[in-house]
Amino acid sequence: MRVLGLLGRAVLVVALPCHALQSDSGQAASAQSDNSALTQKIRDLEDRVIAMEGQIRQLKTEQASRAQPATTAVPNAESSAQEASPTPQSQPPAVGAVTSGAGTQTVVLGGAGGSAAKALNPDISAIGDFISVAGHNPVQPSPTLEMHEAELGFQAIIDPYARGDFFLSFGEQGVNLEEGYVTFTALPAGVVAKVGKMRAAFGKVNTLHNHVLPWVDRPLVTNNLVGGEDGIDDAGVSIERILPAPMGIFLEATGQLFRGDSGSQQSPLFHASRKNDVSAVAHLRSYKDITESTNIDLGLSYARGHNDLGSNFLTQLYGVDATVRWKPLRRSIYHSFVGRGEFIWSQRQQLPSEQRAFGFYTSGDYQLGRRWFVGGRFDRAGRSEFADLTDTGASAVLTYWPSEFSQVRGQYRFTHYASNIDTNELLLQVMFSLGAHGAHPF
Amino acid sequence: MRRRGRSFRFTVAAEWALLFWMLALPIWAQAKKLNVVTSTTDMAALTQEVGGEKVSVESIAKGYQDPHFVEAKPSFLLKLRQADLLVVVGLQLEIGWLPPLITQSGNPRIQVGAPGYLDASQFAEILEIPQGTVTRAEGDVHPLGNPHYWLDPDNGRRIARGIANKLSEADPGDDVYFQQRFQDFDKRLTGAEQKWDAEMKPYHGRKVVTYHRSFPNFAKHFGLNVIGYVEPRPGIPPTPTHTLELIQLMRREDCKVILVEPYFDLKTPQSIGRGTGAQVVVYLPSVGGEKGVDDYFKLFDYDIGLLMKAFTATQ
Repeated sequence: MRVLGLLGRAVLVVALPCHALQSDSGQAASAQSDNSALTQKIRDLEDRVIAMEGQIRQLKTEQASRAQPATTAVPNAESSAQEASPTPQSQPPAVGAVTSGAGTQTVVLGGAGGSAAKALNPDISAIGDFISVAGHNPVQPSPTLEMHEAELGFQAIIDPYARGDFFLSFGEQGVNLEEGYVTFTALPAGVVAKVGKMRAAFGKVNTLHNHVLPWVDRPLVTNNLVGGEDGIDDAGVSIERILPAPMGIFLEATGQLFRGDSGSQQSPLFHASRKNDVSAVAHLRSYKDITESTNIDLGLSYARGHNDLGSNFLTQLYGVDATVRWKPLRRSIYHSFVGRGEFIWSQRQQLPSEQRAFGFYTSGDYQLGRRWFVGGRFDRAGRSEFADLTDTGASAVLTYWPSEFSQVRGQYRFTHYASNIDTNELLLQVMFSLGAHGAHPF
Repeated sequence: MRRRGRSFRFTVAAEWALLFWMLALPIWAQAKKLNVVTSTTDMAALTQEVGGEKVSVESIAKGYQDPHFVEAKPSFLLKLRQADLLVVVGLQLEIGWLPPLITQSGNPRIQVGAPGYLDASQFAEILEIPQGTVTRAEGDVHPLGNPHYWLDPDNGRRIARGIANKLSEADPGDDVYFQQRFQDFDKRLTGAEQKWDAEMKPYHGRKVVTYHRSFPNFAKHFGLNVIGYVEPRPGIPPTPTHTLELIQLMRREDCKVILVEPYFDLKTPQSIGRGTGAQVVVYLPSVGGEKGVDDYFKLFDYDIGLLMKAFTATQ
């Protein structure tokens, strides 16, 4: 309230010399020095008003984040009544009155409680992912038209020491907590820790949500060796730290411990039959800027867990990933290229003998213009339970962005399955995003 | 004897520790420079003005880069984890790339709300704050107001004062130094401002079209009139219908100058220029947009020079 009073006074003081200035200039030209002094004064006052407006903006956000639930419950009518006749003794909801004092600087959002109530909410986003598939595929059939996924995201800073992220995905089979974790950002020694359910840091594709993939589907190697669409996505603890390295190299180590249940029904990966059957993931990432527009990203990954045969049967995965990016900074919104590849070795203990399968994909995506992308992918992967059976595939992708918030993508996919079946499919995807979806990992 | 021996050893150890500490302290104090990272070059330039040799400043984005679309490269994390202070433009300009960098930096000093996080928008005059409901039908609109606020020398002064105060807070020992640097900057800026105002005075009220809405503070300060934008909506690339409408508008209003940021394609602006006889000017919204434009003063010198030339040529 003090702020309001101050501001009102400041406006008055600004207004008065303005009058003075007008009458002054009409009287005599000799008062030029007076004039410039007054101009200076007005400037100073202007500065103070602007500083106060800034403080009010700050206060509003701080107050909103600290406000009691009672604040949100105050109906709109009451706050507008207060605006009409501002009483100095009004309670917290007078945020509305303060903003009215600020005049043109008001952000009025619809809904009860105004902007203060909304500021309490986390950033909410929803992403729709619609896929249509044409072509016959007896091995991995996909529906003709499918609302593949609706992902809801809730993200916010919890307190000065942590932030929280929730991603719920609503698919045709029901709801799944895709990720939900707290990140502790203020730990000593530069350690960042996450606790909750999260996509494991195994390679690149495993960490990505569906809507940030450069393709409609996931590569064969993911489906055959790394647990399918959900991948290694489990409840656990993650610790990462940047390691010192020479020559401007970025080096980061991540260690993760999970309950030990990952993968889907079609492609099971880890399964905890006993409480002790936890799984572990380790990842080492190195990154270097070659020039300001080109960079290289290399990663080593390891995952270990017990498979669905029981506690005595281990599955281990080894991964190498490499990414090359090019993006000229002056034309960064028009042209870019990303080349990537992941190579994964699987070692699965089973009867009668251990299976060692290998799979990889390589892909390239080029941005033709502000809204157009073209890309291709080559796939090859053995199957974790039958290492001799190798599937091979290739895809061509064309993507169009009407804006940053929607995307239309077509993908032609050819697959040669080990069972000697060839399939040709056309996948069409429409994605759209509402709300403030936070930025994604690089 | 034994007891005495132990206490003796303890004293020696304490003396050594004290000596080491006393020796080391002045070295630390001398070597201590505040490590400041800024999101854009303009904030870096202003921090350098008031911080002088007591700070080392680095910007994440380059001056010729679109500040909305910076990639969150891991190499930036190496800078951020050493930072004592992070200065951001705010108003959601960096929303697409800065938050994950801050989270992953593992640096508690610069987390949002921590003492080492400074949102410079709180010091500046902010224009184009949307009223009523904000929807994306208006494009990539900034619900908190236009974040391109640094192109007004008065705002530059206000931001510099805010940064100077923050530096004093972070390093109270050099308080006088920072305040003195600010006074000096203020004086130089006021001088330069008089020159710029005089240079731009003949062109008061001239109409211009800009590519993106990154010009309102400049236009307001120097009395220019922005009548339209090449983008139909903020962040949406030009469309043929909008371009035709813009050409008609410019003919009707007799607008002869199109200002384009260095990171946008010139094809559409040039075709508009051909359709209207207007001149296309690649102006710099940020310090470091061209070689040699490496401080806050040169940025205005450069832009005002370009504008004067364009206005004279299209009299």
